[in-house]
Amino acid sequence: MFAHEFMRHAFLAGTFVALACGLIGYFVVLRAQVFAGDALSHVAFTGALAAAAAGVDIRLGLFVVTVGVAVGMGMLGRRARPDDVVIGSVFAWILGLGVLFLSIFTAGSSGSNGTAAVRVLFGSILGLSAADARLAAVIAAIAVVGLLALSRPLLFATLDPDVARGLGVPVRAIGIAFLVLLGLVAAEGTQAVGALMLLGLLAAPGAAARLLTYRPWWGLALSGAIAVGAMWLGLVLSYEISSLPASTAIVGVAALAYVAAGAFDLLRGDGRRIRGELAQAGRGGL
Amino acid sequence: MSSLVAALSLNPVSDLEQMTAYPFMVNALWAGTIVAVMAGAIGWFMVLRRQTFAGHTLAVTAFPGAAAATLAGLPLAVGYFGACGLGALLLAAVGRDRGSSTANESAAIGTLQAFGLGLGYLFVVLYGGQLSSLEALLFGSFLGITEGQVQTLLWIAVAALAVLVAIGRPLLFASVDGAVARAAKVPIRALSFGFLVLLALAVAATAEITGALLVFALLVTPAATAQRLTARPGLGIALSVALALLVTWVGLTIAFFSPYPVGFWVTTLSFGLYVAVRLIEAIVSRAALAAPGAPEPEPT
Repeated sequence: MFAHEFMRHAFLAGTFVALACGLIGYFVVLRAQVFAGDALSHVAFTGALAAAAAGVDIRLGLFVVTVGVAVGMGMLGRRARPDDVVIGSVFAWILGLGVLFLSIFTAGSSGSNGTAAVRVLFGSILGLSAADARLAAVIAAIAVVGLLALSRPLLFATLDPDVARGLGVPVRAIGIAFLVLLGLVAAEGTQAVGALMLLGLLAAPGAAARLLTYRPWWGLALSGAIAVGAMWLGLVLSYEISSLPASTAIVGVAALAYVAAGAFDLLRGDGRRIRGELAQAGRGGL
Repeated sequence: MSSLVAALSLNPVSDLEQMTAYPFMVNALWAGTIVAVMAGAIGWFMVLRRQTFAGHTLAVTAFPGAAAATLAGLPLAVGYFGACGLGALLLAAVGRDRGSSTANESAAIGTLQAFGLGLGYLFVVLYGGQLSSLEALLFGSFLGITEGQVQTLLWIAVAALAVLVAIGRPLLFASVDGAVARAAKVPIRALSFGFLVLLALAVAATAEITGALLVFALLVTPAATAQRLTARPGLGIALSVALALLVTWVGLTIAFFSPYPVGFWVTTLSFGLYVAVRLIEAIVSRAALAAPGAPEPEPT
């Protein structure tokens, strides 16, 4: 398998992208910002197609638009946590813009250009060149370092924003910085699994890790490990089964990991939960 | 993408005649009207219940459904409604999640959504994907709507709206104040499941026109705009439906006379209305604050 150059590139880029997605995904789940992550990953589609329509490098559009929208969402929302309805309205429109760019792009040039849209939507990790893969790995590594540097105050601001603010932690600035990192990772991940399925790599590992442990640092590490594992296993699966697209395999493995974690949590937690419910019923609540 | 350029003569009567001379355009207008009424009404409840993310996920599950139907050679509507119904069941199963936090729930919804999209992509690849059909599934097309589809849509919309009218009052109660409603023996769980099924119907119907990704333009934005304008339920629902209708009709018309896709126009129009309302709101409230001796803001 590793005799193929494209598989080596996919593993190089995929490992770092998955690590970045898994680590930041844990915070996304912890901060209940899955919908924001979803919106940002869909925005990536518009950014990439705008760049394609304008004839510049797709990555430029990806990064500029996702990070720009991330900042905008952070500024608009109170406490840098935008409202669901606002996100929904904004990103419906941004997807509409994406369709416009798609039609301009498709009309403007002839030939096999529709594939660019499919690549953006569904990912193209098996089609990365050596330079692409290296760049993706470097950017993902930068995002990981940035996140780890931010992680202590971020965790504090996430778990108890009021106390954090009382102690002088800049909660709002941290929230915006987090969204910017998320935008960066979304732009990165779009190249790997596509704008549409990125959410699987963001939400599933983080949610699985949360089900498995309550300890934040363990959870963070576990989330990153699950994401990387899903990436590797997904790549191997799609290599072995030729009709299985890589992004489907990766997201499928991540979703399975989440389901498995849910089953584990159910089995482990049953006794504890029944005791809890009995105690609650004893207090007169339903 | 549908780029059907017709000459605009700026004479409304002849333009309308020119447009309705095409049977597909008549079908599109009918289908758009039915969908807008349904999406406007059900969307209002969705925004009230803050189930935007669930709505988006249901919309997205329409895509694998349609792709699977294409692969199996079934009518697209079977795929849309089948997948959205299944999605509603799964969401309901996730949602009752033993009363756990919303963070876990939205993570589960997100995982479900990404997995559904992955499946959809797999089906498209297995089908040997025509790119144009993939784009139509995701972003909608008003060219291919048949009279049969319009009739199906009509029956579904009538049924869905009848159910909504029947459960409307308790649903409103449960949505606005869940705890009190539960104390008053309103069956909250059954209601929220019933609403998810309704939402799935609305989403599947809308997805046939706007595509799986642009459902929000009719489902969320008009309802969000209406809720900015009035807090009264009856008026709000009527306003939401009216806005959805306006956006659909104008969007279809502009798309007919312009080279750009209908999805772009519909989303842009509805978002433009939303932004305009928020801007006016901001200006009015600032003016009210600035004016000396201004009346107290009315309680909501």
